[in-house]
Amino acid sequence: MGALVRTSATAVWLILCGLTVTSWVLGTRHVFGVNDHVWASVVIIVVAVFKVRLVGLYFMELRDAPRSLRGLFELYCAVLMVVLNGMQLLN
Amino acid sequence: MADVISLGLRDADAHALAPRSRHVPGEPGMWVLLFGDMSVFTALFIVYLHARGHNRELFAQSQSALNKNFGAINTLVLLSSSLLIVMAGHAIRSARWVHLAQRLTLAGAAVGACFVVVKVLEYHEKVAAGITPATNEFFTYYFVLTGLHLAHVVIGLAILLALSRLARTAQPNATRIAFFEGGSCFWHMVDLLWIVIFPLVFLVR
Repeated sequence: MGALVRTSATAVWLILCGLTVTSWVLGTRHVFGVNDHVWASVVIIVVAVFKVRLVGLYFMELRDAPRSLRGLFELYCAVLMVVLNGMQLLN
Repeated sequence: MADVISLGLRDADAHALAPRSRHVPGEPGMWVLLFGDMSVFTALFIVYLHARGHNRELFAQSQSALNKNFGAINTLVLLSSSLLIVMAGHAIRSARWVHLAQRLTLAGAAVGACFVVVKVLEYHEKVAAGITPATNEFFTYYFVLTGLHLAHVVIGLAILLALSRLARTAQPNATRIAFFEGGSCFWHMVDLLWIVIFPLVFLVR
């Protein structure tokens, strides 16, 4: 059973949980200053897309997928990052 | 980063637990469905952010009425459920651990079902406070985005229950393993979508 737990997926799960708590703190406290929530929001979006990438690569096992499928997923993450942050900053 | 993450696979079972190299998880056709679903949600995110751009004050004010703790707890719930399903996927591919595959899948479904319970509590809190989809534009988007995602969670839970039956066999063949991988990927997509919805609707201003 220990072998099932000691995998890269478990390490990724720990990182994902840590990042979730970090985003929650950033989104509920004024870490960047009372009026600087725009930059806090950008950090939160960057963290979210990084988490999406980790789920895809390590939980969906796309890191072992053919280059075309992995590339499509990496493209999805890149588009998500640009679109969400772009609209956050420009809108 | 990859070095940090790769520290896990190092014991004698690592080889058996490691996924097959360079293969499409599940059925190739399923990825059309997954990327299609992810694209539809991305379009909804764009529509939401565009609408917010026209009325930032209303969206920020309404967002403050949301219970961020429920959202964060549900993120941890889905991540934990996903990990159990990943472990079930490793188990079903390993002769040594295949007997645990069904129990791990059911455990993943049970943890995932907690998402629905928390979401019902969250919706109840809103309705009790007189907040409905008709309250204002923000809450229309809130209920549409979270409601659509909740529908995916329910479908995902049904798939996990079906996978638990697939995982019952002592010697799963390649077809069963491919179905299991495909169903698992749908569940991870549900997790992935919530990872964006939670910060976008609950946290980002």
